[in-house]
Amino acid sequence: MIETRGFKVLRAAGLAVLSAIVVLPLYVILVTSVKPLEDVRGVFTWIPSTVTLEPYLRIWTTVPLADYFVNSLIVTVSATVCSVVLAVMAAYALSRFAFRGSRAFSLVVLSTQMFPGILFLLPLFLIFTQIQNTVGIQLSGSHLGLIITYLTFSLPFSIWMLTGFFASIPKELEEAAMIDGLGRIGALVRVVIPVARPGIVAVSVYCFITAWGEVLFASVLTNSDTRTLAIGLRAYASQTDVYWNELMAASVVVSLPVLVGFMLVQRHLISGLSAGAVK
Amino acid sequence: MSSRRSPHGASAAPRRRRRSPLPYGLVAPAALMELLIHIVPMILGVWIAFLALTQFSIANWVGAPFVWLDNFVAGLDPAGAIGSQFYGALGRTLVFTLVVVAFSWALGMFAAVLLTSRFRGNGWLRTLFLVPYALPSYVGTIAWAFMFNQRDGVVNRILVEDLGILDEGPFWLLGGNAFWVIVVVTVWQFWPFAFLMLLAALQSIPGDVYEAAALDGASLWKQFTRITLPMVRHANVVLLLILGLWIFNQFNVPYVLFGPASPEEATLVSPLIYQQSFNNWNFGVGGAMSVLLLLALLVASAFYIRLVMPKERSIDD
Repeated sequence: MIETRGFKVLRAAGLAVLSAIVVLPLYVILVTSVKPLEDVRGVFTWIPSTVTLEPYLRIWTTVPLADYFVNSLIVTVSATVCSVVLAVMAAYALSRFAFRGSRAFSLVVLSTQMFPGILFLLPLFLIFTQIQNTVGIQLSGSHLGLIITYLTFSLPFSIWMLTGFFASIPKELEEAAMIDGLGRIGALVRVVIPVARPGIVAVSVYCFITAWGEVLFASVLTNSDTRTLAIGLRAYASQTDVYWNELMAASVVVSLPVLVGFMLVQRHLISGLSAGAVK
Repeated sequence: MSSRRSPHGASAAPRRRRRSPLPYGLVAPAALMELLIHIVPMILGVWIAFLALTQFSIANWVGAPFVWLDNFVAGLDPAGAIGSQFYGALGRTLVFTLVVVAFSWALGMFAAVLLTSRFRGNGWLRTLFLVPYALPSYVGTIAWAFMFNQRDGVVNRILVEDLGILDEGPFWLLGGNAFWVIVVVTVWQFWPFAFLMLLAALQSIPGDVYEAAALDGASLWKQFTRITLPMVRHANVVLLLILGLWIFNQFNVPYVLFGPASPEEATLVSPLIYQQSFNNWNFGVGGAMSVLLLLALLVASAFYIRLVMPKERSIDD
């Protein structure tokens, strides 16, 4: 757009309003997380009467936050690694070969990506129950069960994104490597994957973020031993009281890893996400 | 996207045309997982919609009696108690989707237009605007739950004390207000995605088009409606469909705000299926609702696939 004077005024005002919309909840989280409990009760105050880091210390003992953290890490990292490894292989095949069934496979990947977890939750829950009844392997309430269900959203997404990334890498690179004596797989591992590394990292971070924030499957498929952060944070609300300051401090702590990861790869993530939609 | 044929095709083409088992080997593990986590559950989901599945039969669901269309009658009969709830939720979810998509798109477009121009601080704002999208969804929702909290929350503090718009702070998380709360929270979480997509699309428009238009005396609004909108048409279509599907399926925001049972005025389809299945143990009825949802989404994703599937992929087989 041409930057007339009017546009500049509109821009400043518009950006101020948008920033306020974004920042307000973030400010509330931060300021509440450093208030003492008596300051959180009653009408909200913009400035805390006293600033204290006590909530950040107490969050670890009020609820077993460290356990939830470990559960979330196990499930999220496993689901991310599984889906990215499977997706790298599949996406390479889709981006480099024309083969019977490739279109059908892509169709399944694209369409299931649009389906909500609620469609798969009940059937998977029943399958897990049945496996436990017949084979005796406990999936419902275990890390493994949750990891499998997290693939329902991370795998199609990873395949779709990585196919796009791989397609943008010139084939001549691998052809040169293959002339130098590498096989297809060798060329994939030694040439294509290193070149696509920013894309692979971006997809991994995206899968991590999505799984870290997942609520639906976790609410049904975890028990007191395998509870993830998404469900565990509810424990700061007791029957009689909500420890809002601790809840907000815990929110800050669980958000930091994903926010940092997101900021580190946002450039690649943005180019990849938009490559799919904007051509 | 580049063509699949190599430019120096003569030597490469015969090698590629030979049926190699390699692509099948590479796709097989992912295909097997897709089968296990998507195809089998979908088929099973349709099957259980025809079973009498309650808390009594769930432990041994394979032996649950086949009841033909009873679940569909119970769950989808507009005159019945559950059916009227379902159609209410369906209509509400459609309104919810339209309102949230409209606001998310408008905010995203506004921000994208403002940040396409270069100025100091542009990069910082771009990053800031993406924070709601990167934040775990339940964290953002918890913050809003606190802000809409009863009479003493931030929202009422602003409306009553700081701005003086209302005399007394209403209850937000009960009754009809609850619907608007999920609208606000969902828009807050999703508009950055619209912003991100539209920013990418806007950056592909060459600047001299606007210069020429400005020389001809076109106003900013004219430039927006005559140049910007037509140029991002394709991105818009895909974006609106993706956003629409995501928001139609929204579960996290109502679940974190209200717990397992939303107030009736704010019950959407996904949470209703959850309630039927896991609160009321009416798995068969939940299954019947899921089948209807599945059919609707299959139609929507057929549109989506036509839009995003690369053209050349349909030629070779």
